[in-house]
Amino acid sequence: MLIAKNISSYYGNIQALDNISIEVNKGEIVSIIGSNGAGKSTLLMTLCGIVPAKTGSIIFNDTEISTLPTHEIIRMGVSQSPEGRRIFPKLTVYENLLIGDPLKREKDINLEFIFEIFPRLKERINQRGGTLSGGEQQMLSIGRALVSQPSLLLLDEPSLGLAPIIVKQIFETIKRINKENDTTILLVEQNAFGALKLSDRGYVLVNGKVTISGESKQLLENPEIKKAYLEGV
Amino acid sequence: MEYFLQQLINSLTLGSIYGLIAIGYTMVYGIIGMINFAHGDVFMIGSFVSLIAMVLLGVGTGAFLPLALLIVLLAAILVTSVYGWTLERVAYRPLRGSFRLAALITALGASIFLQNFVQVSQGAKIKPIQPIIQGGFTFFENGSMVVSFSYLQIFIIIITVILLSIFSYIISKTPLGRSQRACEQDLTMSKLLGINVDRTISITFIIGASLASVAGMMFVLYYGVIDFFIGFLTGIKAFTAAVLGGIGSIPGAVIGGLLIGLIETFWSAYFTIEYKDVAVFGILVIVLIFRPYGILGKPEVEKV
Repeated sequence: MLIAKNISSYYGNIQALDNISIEVNKGEIVSIIGSNGAGKSTLLMTLCGIVPAKTGSIIFNDTEISTLPTHEIIRMGVSQSPEGRRIFPKLTVYENLLIGDPLKREKDINLEFIFEIFPRLKERINQRGGTLSGGEQQMLSIGRALVSQPSLLLLDEPSLGLAPIIVKQIFETIKRINKENDTTILLVEQNAFGALKLSDRGYVLVNGKVTISGESKQLLENPEIKKAYLEGV
Repeated sequence: MEYFLQQLINSLTLGSIYGLIAIGYTMVYGIIGMINFAHGDVFMIGSFVSLIAMVLLGVGTGAFLPLALLIVLLAAILVTSVYGWTLERVAYRPLRGSFRLAALITALGASIFLQNFVQVSQGAKIKPIQPIIQGGFTFFENGSMVVSFSYLQIFIIIITVILLSIFSYIISKTPLGRSQRACEQDLTMSKLLGINVDRTISITFIIGASLASVAGMMFVLYYGVIDFFIGFLTGIKAFTAAVLGGIGSIPGAVIGGLLIGLIETFWSAYFTIEYKDVAVFGILVIVLIFRPYGILGKPEVEKV
């Protein structure tokens, strides 16, 4: 579904991604783990065309997308819940969801599945986004990314700053989205243990490079990863 | 009392014109964070296009007036929108993402360019026009005092109300309006949702220019004279209205416009007409000192 080959990207003169290749197959949950500043968010932004890829190619459903403007990539069926959630604080929950598919009219937008997995959003439908709690904002951000019914969903640190019990709920919901809604998911996480337990395969990102990759089950057993990311969890 | 009422009606008319222009300032500021100082000149272009259309159609010389005015209105909107779109495309878009001062300097340059362009192509002399909409209602007469609502004033206020209704429907209910408001809050996120941000910004300029062009047409009808320089003072006053109402807030722009109309009219009526501009800009200074975010603007309160 998504094949990124040898991509490098830069913030000014600083190289953020160094020759990265990843692959996501239809129906999978793939996780990318790594510490702060490893380039995880940059990778998602590069896939979406916000940060330009200086080298390499990104192919989504047999189309080269690395040269397309962001809105065209999104309209092909990619969607992202970005770092920091970035909900619209002045719009209501309902409007935040409607904007998830900006080309459709209100009456053509179906929010049933989103309210089913996040009943809390339905309760708060007329509240402004900025007044929600962190967990609710995360739900809204994921919900908004689902409105356009993407085939590939990119999630950037959905567990960041949330209480452990909420993190558990969010991870369970991600599994549901993958199974029930047939959505392929690329998950970026610092919470390596949670992400690897949830996903089918994983990549470890260190200083903008992929160092280890493989089946999540094997990665959980890998002594290096255990030492670097899983100890004390 | 009669005098007061009459001034109130006059101020409402003037305020409508300022309000329509102020929306253009506030929307552009809201979405790309720049003050489009050429917006007053876009309004001036609108007034010239209206005048030219009126002369070409022979408005006021027996042609069917409402239809003729409608055609003038549409012509003004159409042509001025093209100016607004081109302005953004040529002068602002290449500098987007550059340092903030660059946009400001370009806007001033664009303003000077538009003024000179009209001065060269239309001549520097003032352009007068015959009164086109005459007559009106008289509410009551009391000796020499008359309170009247001229048809022209009614026309201006009704057109303003219609335009504002259409406009607020677009902003609050349509996918376009939602995209517009999303872009105002977070451009990068808007891109990530599949919004064509460049297109949304273009449309913002087109909407702003359309409203300003209608204000330009009203200006021609109301004052009967225009020249290439009217955009400067009127534009700065409409900008004051936008700041007074809270820059970035659309209802604020309308309220600000009405207030500036009120201040200007009443200052002229009760004090000295020579100092009406001083009064308006005095208000700007006071607002900037005591409530820099304006009447409806709020300092961001956001739960993180």
